[in-house]
Amino acid sequence: MDFDGLLRDFPDLTTTGLAQGAIYALVALGYTLVYGVLRLINFAHSEVFMIGTVAALGTWQALGYNQNSSVGGIGLILLLLLAGLAAAVVASTLTAVAVERVAYRPLRRRNAPPLAFLITAIGASFVLFEAVGLFSDNLHIGGERAPFGMVTVIKPENVISVGGWDITNTQILVILSAIGMLIALDTFVNRSRLGRGIRAVAQDPDTAALMGVNKDRVILLVFVIGGIMAGAAALLWNVAYTFSRFDVGFLIGLKAFSAAVLGGIGNLRGALLGGLLLGVVENYAAGLFGGDWKDFTGFVVLIVLLMFRPTGLLGESLGRARA
Amino acid sequence: MNAHIEKVRSRGASMRARWDSMPRQVRWVALLALIVFLYLLPNRWFYINLWYFRTMESDMATVLFETAFFVLLAVGLNVVVGFAGLLDLGYFGFFAVGAYTVALLTSPESRFDIGWPWLAAVPAAVAVTMISGVILGGPTLRLRGDYLAIVTLGFAEMIRLYASRNEGIANGQRGIPQIPHPVPDVKGSDGQSLFGVVDARPYYWLTLTIIIFVILGVRNLTRSRVGRAWVAIREDEDAAQIMGVPTFKYKLWAFAIGAAVGGLSGALFAGKQSFINSDSFQLTNSILVLAAVILGGAGNIYGAVIGAFITWYLPEWVRGIGGALGLEINVAEYRILIFGAVLIVMMIFRPQGILPNRRRAAEFADRRQEAAPTEAST
Repeated sequence: MDFDGLLRDFPDLTTTGLAQGAIYALVALGYTLVYGVLRLINFAHSEVFMIGTVAALGTWQALGYNQNSSVGGIGLILLLLLAGLAAAVVASTLTAVAVERVAYRPLRRRNAPPLAFLITAIGASFVLFEAVGLFSDNLHIGGERAPFGMVTVIKPENVISVGGWDITNTQILVILSAIGMLIALDTFVNRSRLGRGIRAVAQDPDTAALMGVNKDRVILLVFVIGGIMAGAAALLWNVAYTFSRFDVGFLIGLKAFSAAVLGGIGNLRGALLGGLLLGVVENYAAGLFGGDWKDFTGFVVLIVLLMFRPTGLLGESLGRARA
Repeated sequence: MNAHIEKVRSRGASMRARWDSMPRQVRWVALLALIVFLYLLPNRWFYINLWYFRTMESDMATVLFETAFFVLLAVGLNVVVGFAGLLDLGYFGFFAVGAYTVALLTSPESRFDIGWPWLAAVPAAVAVTMISGVILGGPTLRLRGDYLAIVTLGFAEMIRLYASRNEGIANGQRGIPQIPHPVPDVKGSDGQSLFGVVDARPYYWLTLTIIIFVILGVRNLTRSRVGRAWVAIREDEDAAQIMGVPTFKYKLWAFAIGAAVGGLSGALFAGKQSFINSDSFQLTNSILVLAAVILGGAGNIYGAVIGAFITWYLPEWVRGIGGALGLEINVAEYRILIFGAVLIVMMIFRPQGILPNRRRAAEFADRRQEAAPTEAST
């Protein structure tokens, strides 16, 4: 245990943790929304995120950039960010909708038991992940299943330094965009007509249907929103961590799920809280026990939480939100 | 109204009924013949004549050992997924725990360096895996089934992550070498130890024997009070609880038994390979075993066996056939892609599997009828 190290690096660990947690939160939203409405853990959501990172990178490469090229000029950076965002969001959303159409909807029609949904979700996840893995094999980018060469769109620089707290530009971008998107989504779900439909179906699907809510459309909408958020998270991940591989979604998915449970699965604000908290705790643990143990923390947090407070910090409340 | 259910029942039942109606002696002779056939299969003089069945590209005995080994895993997972209806995605985590326990206890290269013989380490490995199953199942089995799935998935990945650390007792990528082979005292005809490096046949025979015992044990278990409790939990946990079934206790039992079989296979694997490292325990293998169980028919032991056979033996066989025709069909490379898709397709079109468990098939049909009464009556 390295308490001195933790104290010395405390500001650094906190800012890194918040940035990482913001990405977890965005991915966690996908889990939480689908769970809130369908009572289903969408295992394939981690792959929705992964497809987003690959799509954004593919677009950048199509525009003629690779891991060696340097990107300068605010206009060019903005252009690349927007192009990457569009590609990631479209690809992630299409993947999410495809999974819902191909894998989940037929099962709902057949009133399949919950176990069947989980098994299909796992199947869908592995099909996506293996397809990208085989694709990366065929690219011959040095070694079997090697990471894709990533474009560095924004060079990380310290832009704010106050009393030992250094914050880089990428961290600011990640944290602010994540919080902004969460506020937008929260407003959408709580104030708009479509959002009311989502809450109604989450609360009681049959009654909602009797009241004229189109259940299938709501479910589709939920997958679309999850896909958009995962796509945005994928872009931010590419910018901040400049790394993508066929299995990049796996650990992020696991942690995002832990974050969703931590905040209370089915609860939008809980996803933000859980994500940020998990990101920070994980980095403190890395400071305390060494970087190797970082990935264990999310898992340990999940187990401990399930033992003592399975409903999470804020409770599972998408359906019980105010009318 | 029950026509649909009857149809489902009769489809699965016709073969079974024919089998059951045969005289007892005929059934025994048929079973015995099958077992003798399986024991003879890895001998070269025997399989060379079965040109349509053998694998052409790879060593038949090795493929048979791998298949048998995979069958053992599927039979173990079937207890958890098929009988108790718990989705355990970390099955390979238990497998890894078993393999590493054996490696640490037996190998002179391990940190402990106590050098137990393989045979003594096997019960220890099974016990350790069972305990790890109880530790993992304790907090999660009280909750909804979907949490169990993700926690077990995380467990398997954490075991692999821990194993890949270089400082840990598992030695990371360097792994643990020099794990002794099983029972070195048993000599073959050439005076060498029967369980050697080159010949895979003894391992196949050993695995086959273990499979037969495990199947007998599981079969008896499912026909006992425990097995009935599992079915009750799978069908409706709340109802089972109300009727006085201690659901948590029996779920934990199923989980622990499944883990123990996983640990046993891990011990076997360590004894055969005599070297393990963190790469031996890829997560994708957990999913292949699951695909095998679902494909074959969860809840039916023989279904799981057939499923495992299809998942492991068939790709190798197809490769051989392709080789004979001058084509390079490497199905094994696409195994995960194919069997991931198989999971989706099976759940939609035939959730009960190829060789279904009768009651489980009826459960699916029942639910389907509840969902769409008009569709089912046509």
